Amino acid sequence: MTSYLKQVFGGGVRQFGMVIALVVLTLYFQVKTGGKVLTPTNAQNIINGNSYILILAIGMVLVIIAGHIDLSVGSVAAAVGIIVAIAMRDWNIPWWVGILLGLVVGLVIGAWQGTWVAYVGIPGFITTLAGMLIFRGLNQLIGKNNSVPVPDSFQKIGSGYLPEWGPSTGLNNSTLLLGLIAIAWVLWSAFRQISKSKDLDATTPAPVIITRAVLISAVIAYLTYLFGSGRSGTSFPISGCILVFLVLVYSFVANRTITGRHVYAVGGNRSAAALSGVNIKHVNFFVMANMSMLAALAGMVFVARSTSSGPSDGVGWELDAIAAVFIGGAAVSGGVGTVLGSVIGGLVMAVLNNGLALQGVGSDWTQIIKGLVLLLAVAFDVYNKVQGRPSIIGTLLRGKSRREASLEAAEDSASVPVSAGETAAKG
Amino acid sequence: MVQGPVILEMRSITKEFPGVRALDNVTMKVHAGEIHAICGENGAGKSTLMKILSGVYPHGTYGGDIVYNGEVVEFSNIKQSEDAGIVIIHQELALIPELSITENIFLGNEVKGRLGIDWDAAHRRAGELLARVGLDENPSEIIKNIGVGKQQLVEIAKALSKDVKLLILDEPTSALNEDDSAHLLDLLRGLRSKGMTSIMISHKLNEIEAVADSITIIRDGRSVETLDVTAGEVNEDRIIRGMVGRSLESRFPDHTPNIGEKFFEVHDWTVEHPLVPGRLVCKGSDFFVRRGEIVGFAGIMGAGRTELARSIFGRSYGRYLQGTIKINGEEVSLHTVQQAIDAKIAYVPEDRKALGLNLLDNIEDTMVSAGLKKISRRTVIDGDAAHAAAEQYRKSLNVKAPSVEMGVAKLSGGNQQKVLLAKWMFPEPDLLILDEPTRGIDVGAKYEIYGLVQRLADEGKGVVVISSELPELLGLADRIYTIFEGTITGVLNRGDADQESLMRLMTGSGGSAEAKAS
Repeated sequence: MTSYLKQVFGGGVRQFGMVIALVVLTLYFQVKTGGKVLTPTNAQNIINGNSYILILAIGMVLVIIAGHIDLSVGSVAAAVGIIVAIAMRDWNIPWWVGILLGLVVGLVIGAWQGTWVAYVGIPGFITTLAGMLIFRGLNQLIGKNNSVPVPDSFQKIGSGYLPEWGPSTGLNNSTLLLGLIAIAWVLWSAFRQISKSKDLDATTPAPVIITRAVLISAVIAYLTYLFGSGRSGTSFPISGCILVFLVLVYSFVANRTITGRHVYAVGGNRSAAALSGVNIKHVNFFVMANMSMLAALAGMVFVARSTSSGPSDGVGWELDAIAAVFIGGAAVSGGVGTVLGSVIGGLVMAVLNNGLALQGVGSDWTQIIKGLVLLLAVAFDVYNKVQGRPSIIGTLLRGKSRREASLEAAEDSASVPVSAGETAAKG
Repeated sequence: MVQGPVILEMRSITKEFPGVRALDNVTMKVHAGEIHAICGENGAGKSTLMKILSGVYPHGTYGGDIVYNGEVVEFSNIKQSEDAGIVIIHQELALIPELSITENIFLGNEVKGRLGIDWDAAHRRAGELLARVGLDENPSEIIKNIGVGKQQLVEIAKALSKDVKLLILDEPTSALNEDDSAHLLDLLRGLRSKGMTSIMISHKLNEIEAVADSITIIRDGRSVETLDVTAGEVNEDRIIRGMVGRSLESRFPDHTPNIGEKFFEVHDWTVEHPLVPGRLVCKGSDFFVRRGEIVGFAGIMGAGRTELARSIFGRSYGRYLQGTIKINGEEVSLHTVQQAIDAKIAYVPEDRKALGLNLLDNIEDTMVSAGLKKISRRTVIDGDAAHAAAEQYRKSLNVKAPSVEMGVAKLSGGNQQKVLLAKWMFPEPDLLILDEPTRGIDVGAKYEIYGLVQRLADEGKGVVVISSELPELLGLADRIYTIFEGTITGVLNRGDADQESLMRLMTGSGGSAEAKAS
């Protein structure tokens, strides 16, 4: 039975530290607060109130995999937020042009930082420390230290919900449709995996795949109910939809495209990557530019939720995003990490925040507890001699991910990720 | 020459590493006031012996006795051996580039004044030491601003500051040009005339012949003989015979070469060291490879074989100065590794862990990593194709792993090497350059890799094998180039080559007629 469970969950319970932590944490607060956590409104609030940090974590994990860090994301988000807010106010442009403008400004800022990191060779830490000051200043310069409101149509991306339509099902129909599509996709992937495993050497037996698919479907069904059964006019938030879309796209980029493989290669062993034909400068430019573009998006989502752009938006976001990535199993030395793991790491922090707030714990204790959680999560990794534990949900969705299998193999030799990191540093 | 008393005797020294006996019953005697050379092939155990003497391998980790000044000594760290007056200068200089000459000389041995370090006294003493080694530099000059030759002199000055009685130099001239080398050898002679005893490890037999008083030859971890140079009758040929005197076992698969036309040519290839301007690591090299041919490159470590290979492979090493590459008669320009890969060249590096593998990856990801374009459409990788290709290589190369999902960090050296070979076979190159393809792997895996190299040649590819093991080159290669200090000194066909003729060309002592025949 134990071995069967292990197969279902991919690599022993230890691998699932973060998902289990997330589930246990949620249930703990659910009990402690007398059921205030798992209500439709609160779940919607958790997503709406944290999606911008989770969006940042998606970009940050790529930066960290490649062996860099980005401290400027909060300032970049604030600078883009004020530019978009003023553009919409003064030029009266529609919301979608505002979003496009924001993304373009984000890309320009990203190209600026990427150029310094990739082509001039300034470490990302320094470049983005400078960027943190430059773009904070830019925000205050453009906004003249004032708050600038954004129009209602724009606020949808930060606090809007999917529309209601069609016959009354008791749930929000848009949410229901999304849930059904997700379940259908999970089941279809499972069948495809089974039929494929007959051709190739079967690594995962069919009953394991089916159990896994059923489990995930059950979770999705519950989430559909949770988000869809709220008061009329609410549903799965639009910011959550943006987040899910980004997770899917960036997981695909990381795992299935040449660009993604090259990011892992550069972080894992720079010298070996260079001798394999990887253009290291292009990779560095890509991760930095991409990060600033996502920071721009995160800034816009935040502005939309808070209805205006202000001079102190985004202060400290970089630390939340970096914490999410490391809780999600990335390695400080680079080469290890997953998009999904980082989002789960961010959700752990979000539930912690939310649960403590519902219990009436002040921000003093909340910060102390969050700091300890970060320290313990990474200490747990180090203690287990693995410098990274990729996402568990990813394992559930796709079978044992390829990276994860190799990490298990590396478990025995504690020195491995370290030495690879040293090599990268030398190169 | 009248020999002084015995200052050092190493008796029956035996050192084992897991699975390998690096030193087996090595014995040597060094007399006071002489320059004693240690000779042997790469990996014979010279450096290991010196690490035992200097306490890098502490007492208790080896067998045998060290008798120094008539007493058995037991060093457990370098500090203790230095206190006894034994100082080792390693091949890679241990100076800190950003610090001054004075700071480097007294690092860890600072001149203490009443209040902290007495810099005036330190500079004064550094000046005296520099005068003793004949170095005309300001003691406050920063190390990185002086050349490698002068840095080597600073190392010796540092040793003298520790009141050295027995100076050990590991390949002291390997990074130096001829003038600096000559100056260093003069300095050693000068120190000898003042009573200093030195032990010198070198591959450069002409230098050894020029300065050494006696020579201990080590072969395969055993001390073979000690030659007395002062008594005459010692020349380079005599040393070489001692170094290589072993029989060639039949540890190569049978192979009949099927050699086609010339398809890869390099002319006048000249490359500068990436950090040391003016130091050429390849000097006007010319060579060619034919289809179906296995071409060997012999040379001592640091001769410039790897540098040649990597500079050809998309200029991934050094600064290109001049030279051309022709493939199938057409000149090509390979500025990046990707261009070299596209031109159907593959380079399998010598240092598997540092340059070849991403140890976080699994077998499958590693095997396809140099040919991602082959299994992707519009940059989207086809995971099934990757898996199928990796499975195929795992089976055909007999990689001992349960599945291609296993991490490469967990494989043995031989299997890692096979994975690395598969990685570079996957882009289907016409020319494979294998740099030390069998370093650190066991005999069985070596045999498989030899078979694989021959199979690649039979498929019509050109294979270049760089190796420090002469028997390997003699058993495998159809033609062997020799390199000495960046220059190709000769080329021998399989039938004409033996270890002694190769060693002569590799150590720069080959006749000039032979060198020009290439």
